[in-house]
Amino acid sequence: MAAVASDDATARLALTDICKTFPGVVANDRVSLTLRPGEIHALLGENGAGKSTLVKIVYGVLRADSGEMRWNGQIVQVGSPAQARRLGIGMVFQHFSLFDSLTVAENIALGIDEKVPMRDLTERIGEVSAHYGLALDPGRHVHTLSVGERQRVEIVRCLLQNPSLLIMDEPTSVLTPQEADRLFETLRQLAAEGVTVLYISHKLEEIRALCEAATVLRGGRVVATCDPRTETARSLAQMMIGAELATPERGGADAAGNDRLTVRNLSLESEHPFGTPIRNVSLSVRAGEILGIAGVAGNGQPELLAALSGETLCEDADAILLDGRPVGRLGPRARRARGVCVVPEERMGQGTVPEMTLSENGFLSAYLRSGMLRQGLLQVRAMSRFASDIIQAYSVMAPGPAAAAGSLSGGNLQKFIIGREILQNPEILIAAHPTWGVDAGAAAAIQQALLDLAKAGAAVLVVSQDLDELFAISDRLAVICEGRLSASRLTRDTTVEQAGLLMGGMFDEAGEIVETHAA
Amino acid sequence: MDTAAAVIVSMMAAATPLLYAALGELVTEKSGVLNLGVEGMMITGAVTAFATATITGSSAIGIVAGATAAMALSLIFAVLTLSLVANQVATGLALTIFGIGLSALIGQGYVGTPLDALPKLDIPGVSDIVFIGPVLFGHDFLIYFSFVMVGAVAWFLYRTRAGLVLRAVGESHDAAHAIGYPVIGIRYLAVAFGGAMAGVGGAYLSVAYTPMWIENMTAGRGWIALALVVFATWRPGRVLLGAYLFGGVTILQLHGQGFGLGVASQILSMLPYLATILVLVLISSDRALIRLNAPADIGRVFRPAS
Repeated sequence: MAAVASDDATARLALTDICKTFPGVVANDRVSLTLRPGEIHALLGENGAGKSTLVKIVYGVLRADSGEMRWNGQIVQVGSPAQARRLGIGMVFQHFSLFDSLTVAENIALGIDEKVPMRDLTERIGEVSAHYGLALDPGRHVHTLSVGERQRVEIVRCLLQNPSLLIMDEPTSVLTPQEADRLFETLRQLAAEGVTVLYISHKLEEIRALCEAATVLRGGRVVATCDPRTETARSLAQMMIGAELATPERGGADAAGNDRLTVRNLSLESEHPFGTPIRNVSLSVRAGEILGIAGVAGNGQPELLAALSGETLCEDADAILLDGRPVGRLGPRARRARGVCVVPEERMGQGTVPEMTLSENGFLSAYLRSGMLRQGLLQVRAMSRFASDIIQAYSVMAPGPAAAAGSLSGGNLQKFIIGREILQNPEILIAAHPTWGVDAGAAAAIQQALLDLAKAGAAVLVVSQDLDELFAISDRLAVICEGRLSASRLTRDTTVEQAGLLMGGMFDEAGEIVETHAA
Repeated sequence: MDTAAAVIVSMMAAATPLLYAALGELVTEKSGVLNLGVEGMMITGAVTAFATATITGSSAIGIVAGATAAMALSLIFAVLTLSLVANQVATGLALTIFGIGLSALIGQGYVGTPLDALPKLDIPGVSDIVFIGPVLFGHDFLIYFSFVMVGAVAWFLYRTRAGLVLRAVGESHDAAHAIGYPVIGIRYLAVAFGGAMAGVGGAYLSVAYTPMWIENMTAGRGWIALALVVFATWRPGRVLLGAYLFGGVTILQLHGQGFGLGVASQILSMLPYLATILVLVLISSDRALIRLNAPADIGRVFRPAS
């Protein structure tokens, strides 16, 4: 269905037939979009649907191959972000736009074009943050800020230029539910003041709560425009995917057995200067269950994962136990030999060597637990068979075992990595962000595979930022915040609000929720 | 002039070439580019400055020519690594080898040619005051200018918007690109500045420090300058400290050799390198400090999406 640019005279931004092709991919195919003043408009679509490309064209980072852009009725060519900002277009990026080693004020100075003296700038930052309730300390270094605070820096940076269009790229993927609610208030306030907000997301419930119009992209084309308030999350998902969405099926949740993996009072300094140290973390994962660890990014997840996989060794061998035996001083290989398989955070680099083939990548992780190595020689046929098995069992879209890992799309590579670890029959699986950046169809398949693995008796630990995912698959749930871990709770007895409180660090030494003082 | 003053004066002269080269490399690296060709650019600057000064009879023109030649060399590096995205380490090493060979070729006819040293700024009366006179006055202008440059680089990097942008580009080129800064253009300028400064450092060697041309006369100072930048945790003040430390120990060991200490002269010659590295390693033993000051994107290839 083609979007009809109805009343162009009143439109703040009108895009007509925007096309953009990258080598081998049509990212935007005749996309049209109309935004009115004071409107909160959702741009909805799976990863790879062309949302990012489209907003980058609007913001002048990329150039469209063809198509027309009208700004307040005038045809414009936006050649650079600076020009977009002069027109009154502001953008809050999902990644890549703050400088860790610089201060808040310096970061903001970099993002605005007028040359304001630092002192005046500090004053204006104060005014804007007070007006919109976005507390910020201009003198602090960005690496000391939480993710939510970083996002505030970006928003304030945009607002200082008095934009009339604000583009938000997946802003809530890094926020706790409470932080997200605060953000929505700010956005509604902006809309009431006449600012148009273009809101990119694939979280359907929040789009229904916040936006009054939505444009759905699929495969680079506009497939629907609708009013999300009159749609259900399910109908929006179907427009987005173009097919029925499978919901993961849960097995018997109470079948959990003995403790397999136990962490006792683990404390660890971070190796990274901007990292988070781990403070006194204890947890246990039992056979046949999935333990979910929720938390906003940057609260110690990479450090905890590195300690669990053996990439970082603990000072005390007894800090991590496998079936009661200490493994804290053993490296990743020794832990793999004992049945611990890991799906790491970074797909490229940590999870796979992008330049190597799928069968080689399969070998690198699985050779200890399969017959792919004999007397120091590679068993090429066994390697190729193993990779083919993964490709078949997990419907990985790849030409074959000889394809380079780096040639796969993010979602397919993730399916390959998950399949590679699960086909090793792990007794314990540690999965970091298993469906991050994966489209909904593949995500459902991955979640089902994790549930099946637990059902077959393995102990599974999933670290994720996606609360919906953890509520869908985990049996017990714990939350990590500033390097501390809350006590685990049965997922079915936990509400989203409680998880949100925990994600905001509202738990005591014992890891139990601290309720805010009731009157 | 008493001995102490003489030692300090010669120490300043020994430190100055390093100071120039290291300051230039500091700016280059702060923009996220690692140019390992400092040695090659220095020696090219040295020979060009010497040849030009000999032909024109003017040291000043020689120094400008030296800076220009080294800058031209650095721009070759910039084209290869920034525009053609070649590997920075390999290209930098090649640049050094190329510079050493090229300088030997240019310098062939000038070995043994005499040249008047850069004039000292003597102020009659004042320069004769005991100790203070020779230490504070009576240097050539390049020594004074090197102090100006330390202040200017520090002021530029930490007090101007352009300096902030340069640091931002070195910190995260993707972020800088997303906000809309011309990453490649800024890096070209930073590389060119680094080249010119290395050229001045080299020129100082051949027209002021030892006014003559000898093949390979930089003798690894380019490498020391590179190390200085890292050990000084990318801060101009500490580069000054490191350069003077190196200069000081160089002079001390020369005097030691003169006094006939019972230590092999080769070992004494090693001292400046050892002492500089040792002290700066101690200063920078705080790894967090290095990581906080190090440009995060140094040496990484930037390929903008179009």
